[in-house]
Amino acid sequence: MIRSITRPKTDDEIERLTEGSGRLFIIGCGTCVTLTHTGGEPEVAAMKERLSAGGKVITGTTVVPVACDNLTGEMLKEFRAPLQQAEALLIMTCAYGVQTIARQLKKFVVPALDTLFIGKETGFGEFNEICRQCGTCIIGETGGICPVSTCHKGLVNGPCGGTNNGKCEIDPDKDCAWTLIYNRLNELGRLDAMRHYQKPRNHLGEPNPGKFRITGD
Amino acid sequence: MPSAFKKALKSGKFVVTCEVAPGKGTNLEKVRHHIELLKDKVDAMNVTDHQSSVMRFPSLGGALLVKEMGGEPILQMTCRDRNRLALQADLLFASSRGIHNVLCLTGDSVMLGDHKEAKAVFDLDSCQLVAAIRGLEAGKDMAGNELDGGAAFCPGAIVTPEANPIEPQLIKFEKKIDAGAEFIQTQAVYDMDNFKRFMDYARQFPVKILAGVILLTSAPMARFMNKNVAGVTVPQNLIDEMAAAPKGGAIAKGIEIAGRMIRQINEEKICDGVHIMAIGKEERVPEIMESAGLAQ
Repeated sequence: MIRSITRPKTDDEIERLTEGSGRLFIIGCGTCVTLTHTGGEPEVAAMKERLSAGGKVITGTTVVPVACDNLTGEMLKEFRAPLQQAEALLIMTCAYGVQTIARQLKKFVVPALDTLFIGKETGFGEFNEICRQCGTCIIGETGGICPVSTCHKGLVNGPCGGTNNGKCEIDPDKDCAWTLIYNRLNELGRLDAMRHYQKPRNHLGEPNPGKFRITGD
Repeated sequence: MPSAFKKALKSGKFVVTCEVAPGKGTNLEKVRHHIELLKDKVDAMNVTDHQSSVMRFPSLGGALLVKEMGGEPILQMTCRDRNRLALQADLLFASSRGIHNVLCLTGDSVMLGDHKEAKAVFDLDSCQLVAAIRGLEAGKDMAGNELDGGAAFCPGAIVTPEANPIEPQLIKFEKKIDAGAEFIQTQAVYDMDNFKRFMDYARQFPVKILAGVILLTSAPMARFMNKNVAGVTVPQNLIDEMAAAPKGGAIAKGIEIAGRMIRQINEEKICDGVHIMAIGKEERVPEIMESAGLAQ
């Protein structure tokens, strides 16, 4: 399962973003942010309490099942009156949810979270960014480990000089992608793949912003 | 025409390079002083490229200064701050101004420096930068377009002989040589037995190897490197030797140790030369060389 990984914005930033909006409606999501404890029922309740204590009027709160779903607008119809009373919506979901709601409700939105990455749950309660959707996949030559997303610098021809004891120069808790790749290919007897020179990456795999439409019969 | 440094590499003599680091700002007095002091003593001097990701006067400007002052520059170029257009453009400019030696580096993470929120580029990696340099020499840019006017280079790269694990480093080392690196500067080496083992392996490749020597300035500095600098290990006996130096005599001891190592590398012909990194103490390089018994 992949999840949208989020982190709460600071109180200061939320205060700045909601300045001038005295009445707020708070929306959480029952999917990724519930799992990561950044926008589920308890977090929405805590946010309501904190902002109320700070002088905001909270016109209502809800936790929608899947904020990024196109049905979210329908789900929110039952809150028409408190939504209309609100000057802004404080949304405790990932940016996919915030944008879905902004498009459907045509209200001024304030995200309460920063969206960090799309994470794969790699252990209990642990998420890692293992794909950046670059559009030019090379994991067929790296033992199924993506250096573009797993290496801090996205290096495709081997490790930098900053790697130390199998860890990354920016964080001793982060694995060096190229140690992982080396170990995997070594186990598989396929180090020849690592010796293969990777040409400079094609950064135009899918020009930003990505767009796709299902076609056919 | 090959660069003076390339000629030195080919001559078979024991090659000595050092580093100069432009400062933050346009006051070039200090770096000028270092260039003046060292230009006739070493075969070439590296000009560092926003070392440790700290924004400074550019390496290209520093290399030009070395050239103007009659020295032989090695332009350090990291892949951190420029995409392939900017790197190629800077290389063309360098070649047009007589700067031909280029040390190709990945570059430290932006997060380690003083502009932590900057966008890191890494459009190319060090192997690809070496290959791009070879392409420019062959008269073509990376998109395959013909260049109007040639360019000549002597590209180099680095290796960390004491990296742990070492195998992934060595695979990349070989890829750098395959891409066309003519010289390799190593990360600092202190354990000569380890380094000899590395050289036993490295000798099979058609590349000149300059052993990295970082001047030890104190026992705490050595311990700091062990803890914080990837791939650098100062053995305990050297730390003890530094710690036993009389008060105020630590740097003199560091110079003695560096001189001793360089002398051994030279006399035993362990590799083709040394790259002296005197980080912040560039004015002591002549003493290191003297202590190593290198003719001036």
